Parts: sequence; C-alpha cells; structure tokens
Amino acid sequence: MIRLGDIAHGRSGDKGNHANIGLIAFTAAGGAFLETHVTAELVRQYFRDLNPEKVERFALPKLFAFNFVLKNVLGGGASDSLRTDTQGKALATALLEMQLPDPDNLAAMLPPAAPGSAPA
Amino acid sequence: MSGIPDSIRIGNGAGFWGDNLDAPIRLAEEGSLDFLTLEYLAELTLSILAHQKRLDPEAGFVSDFPATVARLIPILKARPGLRIVTNAGGLNPAGCARATAKLLAAAGMGGEKVAWVSGDDLMPRLDELRAAGERFLHFDSQASLAYFDAAAARQGEGLVSANAYLGAAPICEALDRGARIVITGRVADASLTVGPAMHTFKWGWQDWEKLAAASVAGHLIECGAQVTGGMLSRWQTVPDYAHIGYPIAILTASGECHITKPEGTGGMVNRETVTEQLLYEIGDPARYHTPDVTLDFTQTEVEERGRDLVRVSGTRGIRPPATLKVSCAYENGFSAKGDLVVSGLGAAGKAKATGEMILDRVKQAGMPLGRRYLEILGAGATLPGVETPSGDLKEVVLRLSVWDKDKNAVERFCREIAPVITSGPAGISGYAGSRPKPRQVLSHWPTTVERDHVRPVAYVRGAGDLAA
Repeated sequence: MIRLGDIAHGRSGDKGNHANIGLIAFTAAGGAFLETHVTAELVRQYFRDLNPEKVERFALPKLFAFNFVLKNVLGGGASDSLRTDTQGKALATALLEMQLPDPDNLAAMLPPAAPGSAPA
Repeated sequence: MSGIPDSIRIGNGAGFWGDNLDAPIRLAEEGSLDFLTLEYLAELTLSILAHQKRLDPEAGFVSDFPATVARLIPILKARPGLRIVTNAGGLNPAGCARATAKLLAAAGMGGEKVAWVSGDDLMPRLDELRAAGERFLHFDSQASLAYFDAAAARQGEGLVSANAYLGAAPICEALDRGARIVITGRVADASLTVGPAMHTFKWGWQDWEKLAAASVAGHLIECGAQVTGGMLSRWQTVPDYAHIGYPIAILTASGECHITKPEGTGGMVNRETVTEQLLYEIGDPARYHTPDVTLDFTQTEVEERGRDLVRVSGTRGIRPPATLKVSCAYENGFSAKGDLVVSGLGAAGKAKATGEMILDRVKQAGMPLGRRYLEILGAGATLPGVETPSGDLKEVVLRLSVWDKDKNAVERFCREIAPVITSGPAGISGYAGSRPKPRQVLSHWPTTVERDHVRPVAYVRGAGDLAA
C-alpha cells in the first residue's frame, strides 16, 4: 500500500457549510492514478464520519488535479460549527493519509527532489 | 499623459484581518510595486464590524488599515507611483477614508486623493429591495429567513449585516479619477486586483479573457502568503518561513499573468504553491463566479519560469451571472467551548467519560442544550477518516463545545467545567485559564441580489479637504 500523500499534495477550505479539497498529483502518471483510484465515492466513504450530503469530483487535467466538493459537511460552517476545525482546513491533510494499492510505476509518481529549483 | 505600460506589479500584503502587520510594509518596500492591495474581509468579518459600528457610528472599518498607512507614508513619498486598493472600509468606507485622509494630511500629503466606494451595504435598502422583488433566499437551500420579513430587521435587530459583493468597476473609476488610495467595503477579493488592471490597461469590460487573467491573479494573491509557501502540504520544503515573502502578480497589457515574491524573502513560489492556491475554496472549476467574470479553470496551466516565478495561463472567461452574491449575518443564539487536559492511562476514555459527566450535570440543572459536541484532541479529532489508535494515549485534550438559543443554558455549561476537577477522575489539569464565556453566534446567510438593483458609487476627494 502507498500513502496518497506520497504521490499527491493538496489544500482544503470552506464555502459556507461546504468544504473543498484540491488534490494535485506531483506528476502526470500520478494524475492518471488518481483518476482511476480516488473517486468521489471513495472520498465520500473516507469521510463518512462527517456524513457529507454529497461528494463531487471535478478534473483539472493540465494540473494533474482534482477538486472534491463535500456538500454540507462542516457542521454548520465557520459561524455555527462546534468543531475545532470549523473551516475544514485539515481535511486535505486527512485525505493525504489515505492508503491506496501499490501502483506499478511508483517512481514516476514521486515529487521532484528539489522543489522550487526550476531551471532559470 | 503617457501611454499604457507593458506590465504592472500588484502585491497583496494582507490575506485577512489579523494577518501579519509588517507584511504590507515589507512588500511595499521590497516589491517594486505599482499597486499594493490589502484584503481584510472574511465572510463574517462584516458582522463583527457591524457590532462595533452600533457602539460607535464612526467605527465599522478595519482599524489596522489607517495604522498601516501611517507606517507606509515614507514609502508612499518615495514611490509616487505606488497606489493602494483595499476593502478595509468594511461597513464604513467613508469613515475609513476620513481616518486615512487625516493621516495623509498630517504627513504633508493633503494634496493626494483618497477614494471610497459605497453601495455594497444593503441594510438601509432592505424594504426597497423587497418591494422590487428580492427575496434573499438561501444560496444553496433556497430557504427563506424570517428576519428579512420581520420589523426587527428594520430595527437592526436579528439581521446584523447584508452586503453585496461589488466588482472592479468602481475601483477602476476611482483610480481613473486619480485616487492614490481606494477604500471599499465588500467587493469580490479578486476585484481588488482587477480594478488596477482595468484602470491601467483600459481593457473592455466584456473582454472576458483579459478579465479572467486579472481575476486569476487576484484569486491567487488574495490570501497573502498562502501562495508563497503558507499552508503548503510539503511544508518541510519551504525555506525560511519566519521571513515569508508576500505575493506579487505581474500582469501584462496582453493579459499574461505571473506570480512572484520579493527577492531575498522567505517562502517560495512554484508549481506546488500556486496550484494548491488555485484550487483553494473553489467549487466547480468550470464555473468560478466573480462579479466581473466567471472563470473556467479546467484548461488552466501552471508553469515554472524561473526561481520563484510562475506563469499561469489558459483560464477562460465567461460572462458572469446577472445576480451578485450577498453575504448576510444574523444573531443566532450563543455558544461556548471549554478545554481540559486529561492525563493518565486510558486518557481518551477518561476524557470521554469526563465530558459526558459535565454535559449530564448541565442537563440535571434543567438546561438542555440545543447542540453539544465532544472532541478528544490528540486522538484524531481533526482527522476524520484517519485511523488513530487511541487505546494507549496517555495525554489528550478534552474539548466540549455547546450551543443554545438561551444564553443562561450556555452560561450554566461554562460553570460546570471547573467542578469536574474535584468531582471527577484523577489527572485533570489545564483549567488555569478563566472560565469560558458565552459568545453570541452570528450565523452566515449567503444569498443573491439582482445586479441591476445594486448601485456602486465611487467618491474621490482630496485628503486635505476630507481631513478638514
């Protein structure tokens, strides 16, 4: 098994009582793996304790990315929620702990060794 | 008048009210900026300002802003081309403009023009708007809120604030009329960037592709350091967080957009930082609405072009909807939360038992609470979906949060936390802070209004005249 965070990074936040998680593969190969394996239904199952009304997945193919929208999942949202994470800021961190089956080509999905050092 | 410049640099030095106070100063000093934007208004910030304005009619704006301008005066004098655009006006843009003008005048800059934008505050117009057919239904559920019908709304009770998200047009107009500083209330965050771009490049208001490029730039820099390494998943790869640089968007007349940050600052701008922020708080990426243009991110590309220099391209622009988003806040009961540190073998189970004791005692007192929530921090309370074996934890934080319409019930909960220390399990500490207090809840009500029903106005005055 691999940890989703080995091949992807992400960020989450709120819009009212909805949350979104932007999930981005480090490479094109990783993006293809996410396409197959990290479905809206899998994400809904993963966050079943929060009882999302619905989970939608949207593709941003040129970024090897998917946006997951979790409807009515924040216990009322920033103003009303009684949770510590009222705005869903930790949901991406939680999602990156997801365990997934080993891909055949893991090496092609790992992040570049030195981020931010693009050739000038 | 000189021709249109090839490019402009717009830096954003604040991502919310409470952001780092030195960031705008450093960005203005180090960023070679044409425009400094400062974004202060989260969804519920205006309701907090509404409370302040009730107590003092001269208040109701972000008080950090005039204090920041006071510190920016040397750089404003040294860089005559630097202009500021901010939504610090909150519920009182005119008051914020007066406070700012006084500082400028006192510093010998009374000849500079200060502008403010009004028209977003719908509270004074609710009756008129209802008569015109506005129903203010909830954006998602299409439910209605009684406060819009009730006389209480007109008295300023119940409903606390109602503000439409204005676009870039009044900002552009204020800049066209020579304003050095433009102060708005609620505008779309991205419009703080679009306004300067439209003023500079004179693009058409239906040139959707150009509006999209400027709006993407605004979307990326609006949260400050979130695009320069803040909040990054791989935070360990970010250099020198303590001196993190705030973001700069470089826009060209042809509609190209690059994101960068001042040289020599901490943090970084790369594909990872920009892509995470591009996806931040969006819904359907094919339809990201702003008042100026609807964005389609589905073909957007993010490309590293050099050290801390990222090009963002390919975002499509579409005509925006005929309605504007409106954020309202209304008074909705009281809440409180209390924490205790629970130590010892089986701490998670002990914390749960302790929390239930407290809630049971509030119930015994005849105060049923409308909502209760028990969290065990340290055992995965903020990590839903993640398996966290809690059996062998020896230290956790118990956090109880409650809500009720009745302030007395919440007050009773606050008084039931301390007694459990002497009348509950051993090993409870962390109660040294003062007893929690009931806090009024201001609930958010997102809705819409017809664009034609909203009338933005830009006022431009000399700082000296305004200060007098």
